[in-house]
Amino acid sequence: MKLTTIARDVTYTCLFFMSTLMITNASVAATDINKYLRPAEIPQPSNNLITESRIELGKMLFFDPRLSGSNWISCATCHNPALGWSDGLPTAIGHGQKVLGRSTPTILNTAYQPLQFWDGRARSLEKQALGPIESAGEMAQSIGKSEGKLQSLIDELSALKGYRDAFEKAYPGEGITKKTIAKAIASFERTIVSTDSPFDLWIKGEKHAMNDAALRGFKVFEGKGNCVKCHNGFNFTDNGFHNIGLKDASDAGRYAIRKVKILIGAFKTPTLRDVALTAPYMHNGAYKTLEEVVDHYDRGGVTKENLSPNITKLNLTAREKSDLVEFLKSLTGAPNPITYPVLPTE
Amino acid sequence: MNRYVYILSLFICWAAVFSSTVYADEFIVAQNNKTFKKDGKKIESITIKKGDTIRFKNEDPFFHNIFSLSDLKTFDLGSFPKGQSKTVVFDKAGTVEVECAIHPEMYMEVTIE
Ligand code: HEC
Ligand code: HEC
Ligand SMILES: [Cu+2]
Repeated sequence: MKLTTIARDVTYTCLFFMSTLMITNASVAATDINKYLRPAEIPQPSNNLITESRIELGKMLFFDPRLSGSNWISCATCHNPALGWSDGLPTAIGHGQKVLGRSTPTILNTAYQPLQFWDGRARSLEKQALGPIESAGEMAQSIGKSEGKLQSLIDELSALKGYRDAFEKAYPGEGITKKTIAKAIASFERTIVSTDSPFDLWIKGEKHAMNDAALRGFKVFEGKGNCVKCHNGFNFTDNGFHNIGLKDASDAGRYAIRKVKILIGAFKTPTLRDVALTAPYMHNGAYKTLEEVVDHYDRGGVTKENLSPNITKLNLTAREKSDLVEFLKSLTGAPNPITYPVLPTE
Repeated sequence: MNRYVYILSLFICWAAVFSSTVYADEFIVAQNNKTFKKDGKKIESITIKKGDTIRFKNEDPFFHNIFSLSDLKTFDLGSFPKGQSKTVVFDKAGTVEVECAIHPEMYMEVTIE
């Protein structure tokens, strides 16, 4: 056998061996749809297990505008259940009609997120809950101490028998404190979880639950579109932080919390569940429609500075783009109307 | 095809695919399924000797980062894709917290004796 033939055979066998490896990897990735299944339980901390009376109290607090300094803004003003638990605005509007710097994320499935806020600065829903109440821009309400004419939230709630009873039932002997307010709100939020969407029915075996375009879109999502590198698992997020190259790059994002270079302009990967209900999109409300979002990714981002290496030009066809949008729409859960609580007046 | 050539080819391929070399004072920590793993098991801490090296190897199909802002040692190895690895030499005794900036749930403590 000549040396050149040996070299040729070696090359061919290598190529064959490597392509077999690649094919097995690819088919494993494409068939692993179980990772999208709903986890068996809603995660909850052992010191604040979800109970009926905690949910009920949390719901009252969530919808009560008296939690704000103006007695006019409740959590639900911005996290509006009729608008996918968001507000339909590019960025939020807070106390005194002030336009804030970031958009209102949905609170849907926040129970499954280890870190809260666009920059992940709160480690739990309990730690998150008091932030907006006290924030001057959002609800501008002092919680613990009355200041001048402004009664503290604890004083306001303690004056109402309805709340005194509800706190006693939910957290016996613990009283009305910052801690119990935060715990009750967090308990309610943990029950705001996504309902089954056409996609969920399809992964559970209902062959016709998704239309053909959405099915093709799912292939693009996992394949050519690379979306799954970040939007992964049941909640369609890696709970990670990435700079995806949005046009307005003035917000430092996660970098303000962790001074690591790749985090400049990086934000938390949001869930994609019910995403069709929560336009506009992104931390700064940059895009009005899902079509615009898909165009952004197709271009490989607008601002290239400090761009995540997982964002690259995709060269999608017009059909692939519209299929991808159809797929995103197939993540909208069955309607789950919520009843408003009746708030205590005495 | 000659049987020996075939075996030789497979061997070369094998070497090319799994070419990570192990040194005596080097520990390999895999970044796998968004966790740190040693010998296939998830770890949250590791104890090594002064002067030892840890090689962080990305086994996930997306980028990972490695950084530490600990007093004892601060570093930022940037981000790197599947198949690549980066090394850190731990030259002082104490503890160092190592994290992935992209995925904060990836966290481990290195104790250097
Ligand atoms: C003025 C509008 C506004 C009000 C009122 C408001 N929020 Fe928010 N909420 C936002 C904005 C904007 C963010 C994102 C802020 C950021 O990431 O920096 C946010 C973030 C959150 C998050 C994190 C979600 C995620 O995916 O990271 C939760 C949970 C939340 N709010 C719950 C509440 C609760 C509970 C209340 C009432 C106590 C409340 N919000 C009141 C606008 C509002
Ligand atoms: C590198 C990780 C990464 C990849 C890849 C990625 N995304 Fe995202 N996605 C994010 C992050 C991070 C945000 C929030 C960015 C911000 O607001 O600054 C986001 C935001 C979105 C939003 C807006 C959600 C909202 O509520 O505002 C949609 C929709 C979306 N992505 C869909 C996709 C699709 C479709 C793909 C594939 C074509 C994709 N993403 C690929 C990380 C990624
Ligand atoms: Cu990582």
